Parts: sequence; structure tokens; C-alpha cells
Amino acid sequence: MNFRGVFIEILQVAALLGLGPLFIGWVRMLKCWSQGRSSAGLLQPYRDLAKLFSKDVVLAENASWIFRFTPYLVFVIAVLAGGIIPILSVDLPLAPTADVIVLVGLFAIARFFTALAGMDIGTAFGGMGSSREMTIASLAEPAMLMSIFTVSLANKSTSLAQIVQVICSGQSILRPSIAFAFLAFVFIALTETGRIPVDNPATHLELTMIHEAMILEYSGRHLALIEWAGMMKLFLFIMLGIASFAPWGIAETGNIAGVVQAFVYMILKLGIVGVGLILIETGLAKMRLFRLTEFLGAAFLLATLGMLSFYILE
Amino acid sequence: MNLQIAAQINSFLAAFVLLTAFAMLAQRRVYGLIHLFTWQGLFLSINTALVGYVASKHHLYISSLLTLSLKVILLPYILHVLIVRLKIRREVESVMNIPLTMLIGIALVIFSYHLTAPVRELSTLMTRSTLAVALATVLIGLLMMITRRHAVTQIIGFLAMENGLFLAATSATYGMPLVVELGVALDILIAAFIFGIFFFHIHTTFDSLDVEKMARLKEGD
Repeated sequence: MNFRGVFIEILQVAALLGLGPLFIGWVRMLKCWSQGRSSAGLLQPYRDLAKLFSKDVVLAENASWIFRFTPYLVFVIAVLAGGIIPILSVDLPLAPTADVIVLVGLFAIARFFTALAGMDIGTAFGGMGSSREMTIASLAEPAMLMSIFTVSLANKSTSLAQIVQVICSGQSILRPSIAFAFLAFVFIALTETGRIPVDNPATHLELTMIHEAMILEYSGRHLALIEWAGMMKLFLFIMLGIASFAPWGIAETGNIAGVVQAFVYMILKLGIVGVGLILIETGLAKMRLFRLTEFLGAAFLLATLGMLSFYILE
Repeated sequence: MNLQIAAQINSFLAAFVLLTAFAMLAQRRVYGLIHLFTWQGLFLSINTALVGYVASKHHLYISSLLTLSLKVILLPYILHVLIVRLKIRREVESVMNIPLTMLIGIALVIFSYHLTAPVRELSTLMTRSTLAVALATVLIGLLMMITRRHAVTQIIGFLAMENGLFLAATSATYGMPLVVELGVALDILIAAFIFGIFFFHIHTTFDSLDVEKMARLKEGD
């Protein structure tokens, strides 16, 4: 393990921690503009987090260790995933330890504990949120894995670093399998990060909330950690998408100039993805919960079609 | 144009044709179906022109133009007029639920992949790999005709089937002779007119285009 790799690793995690909230701020700002409101500014998520960290934690009497443990676990998993996904450079010490399937597993662990914590207190909302989250997860995860398998097949590796290198060196850009896998990935990313057609991140309405229902009982620093992890999750999914579908600009060696260039590219891509996200969110209404099976079924279908067209057409 | 890039664009367009076929399976509204059918025709037309350019078969330009004028402009227009005249605005109900239909669709794709495997081995054409997609589009159109109850949707399924056949002809042999293609195009056009007339008659007789209601021969029992 070389010193430079560790340095880039630290830089990457710092970028994740710092830019996660900033990206949410950017998305909220765009959303405000698109709806003709004035926004709270780019830095509002940081202020929210700071406020939550300064508040006391209120715990229910019958909260078990799971409830107290979950926020830390969710946060650590997000940070760990940030060390694995090539955000700035593919030359990461942690990257060989885990491929993209492990990443899906990591997110699944975080979801599992969040769902447990939602049920731990015994409130009706928590249980409802957990049940919904697991229903959606059971449909989203096969589609996610299918999409990842397609990308891995097309690039002949499940390691993200390898995928980035193959795409950056490859000649063929027009691949139907990758296009299908990308569409499926967009559906899944919207689902997993709880964005608009699936879940509305801005509301605490009883009937519709999914993720918010699970974490309703959290307060203080616990809530801050979970919220921060949620912001990082959105960031991570975008980075996962960029690494597996449009990795141009990610540094292939660990020199500083390359990393700086990768950083600039990343900011540009984030800005564009934010605009795309807002276009989706303003263009679509939140779906009924029972329509989600079709939405995720379509994602699964697209991913499967991608895999089939890899065999048929390529 | 580089042959490899052309092959890639060709397979990309074929993939889009397949995607629109699946989207038609999933679509509930008649208007959405017509839009998807129009897109499918457009992809088909571009694909035909591309194959014509790469293989330098100039009659394919004519069939591409025919596809464009018939399947992208005229037929969607006729269907649109039909829907407006017959006042069909409700959602299309299907016999099976949509995810199941989709799964059958995937099975059909795999089936046609295996069925066309020998042809793919023998053929030397650039478009040989899209033959499986073409066959799958035909089968999915058939599936749509089977699973939908509404007469208009069944017709759209039929037209989608014809699209698949056209793609198959282009990918297996670089298109049929021009005379045959002209004949087929004329057939499709006439068929659309006849369907339209039939729809009006069915509609005035049964007050609905739901084929379930056409199971009886006598009225009023």
C-alpha cells in the first residue's frame, strides 16, 4: 500500500463527506428555481446538519441497541462505499477489496438495519415504513444486480476500477446493452435514493413517506448521521453511475494533476446530473405505491433486455 | 462509413425496436400505443436506410421512405382519427397483468435467439445478429394481439408484427425485392382502411370494441 493511494483515499472520502450535502443543496436550489421559489442557498444542508448535531438525542424508553447502533452503521457504510467507488481515481487501496456486488451488499446491510431500527421502537409509522422499504428493496435489488451484471459482462469485470479502465480505453461507445443497463440503473437509483417517482424526500406526509417513516423516531446527532448518510447515498449512486457508464475524466494513475482534473470533471458531471434529476422530478408525479411494482418491473425488464442484447447483438 | 460503426448503429436501432415492442406490451393507453408504434416505425425506417447505405442496395432507400410515410405518418394518423371518431379514451384493459406479459416477452426473446442461432452461424451479412430481435418483435406483436381485449390494440399488435417481419427481411437478406415490398406496403395500407371500416361497423353493432363482447352471435339475450 503506497502513501499516495492512502492520500487519494482520504481525499475521496473527504470529497464524499463534503460534497454530499453540497449536492443536495444544489438539487434543492434547482428545484426551488424550477418552481419559482427563492432557495435557501447551497449551504443550507450543512446548516441543517450542524443544527441537528447540536441538539440533544431523545430516545424512546424501549429503544434497544439496534436503534442506537443503526445511525453509526449507516454512516460508516456510506463512508466505506465512498472508499471503494472510484470517485477521483481508480488507483485506490480499498478498491481491490470489494467489487460492485459487495457494494450492493453493503447498501443492503444499511437498509436492513434501518428497517430493523424502524420497527425497534414499535410505533406504527416505523413498522409501516420498514415494510414498504423492504417491499421496494425486494423488487429493486434484483434489477440493480441485473443491471450491474450487464455492465460487468460488457466490460468483463465486476471490479469498478477495472470497468472504468475498460470503458476509458475502449473504442465502442454505442452498445445497446450498456444503454439498457443505464436506463435500468437510472430507475433503480431513483428508487434507492428515494427520489420523486418513488418517494418524496421533501415531505413527511403519513400516507406516502417511505424512508422518512422509518427514521421518524430519530433525533439529534442520530438523525444528523442518518440524514448525512442519505445525502451521501445519493452522491454515491451518482458516482457509481458515472463510474460504470461515463467514467471519462476519472484519473487512471495516482498523480496529483490527474486527481485535480478528475475533481473538476466530477463537479461538472454532478452539476449536469443535478439538472437531469430535477428535470425528472419536475416532469413526473410521485407514483402510487402499488404502481411501483410496474416501475421496478420495467427496470428489471430493461436490465434483462440489456443482458440479452449483449448476447444477441454484440 | 466505417463498417463496424454501422454495425453498431444497426444493432442499436434494432435494440430500440425491441424496446418499443416491450414498451407497447406495457403501455395501457391507446394514445401511448400509437406514439410507440410511430417511434418503432421511425427506428425501422432509419435502420433500413442505414442498411441500404452500407450494403449499397438502393431499393432499400425506397422501402425506407415507404416505411417512413406509411408507418410513421399515415397509419398513426389513421389510427388517431379512428380513436377520435370512436371516442376511445379509456385505459386499455389486458387479459393478463403486465409484469407477467413482460416476463413472457423476455422468454420469447430468448426463444427467438435460440431459434435464429443456426442462421446466425451461416450468414455473413452485417445485420445477421438483428434477426433474433426481428423474430422477437414478431412474437411480441403476436403476444400483444393475444393478451389485449380491445380491437384497436390488437390491430396495433398486428402492425407491430409487420414491423418485425420487415426488420427480419432487412436483416436476413438485406430486404425483399422492391416489388414484394411495394405489395406488402399496399396490403398494410388497405388493411388499415378495412380495419377502420370494420371498427365502425363493430362499434355501431356492439357499442364497444371489446372483443369479449363478440362471443355471441345473437343480440339481446
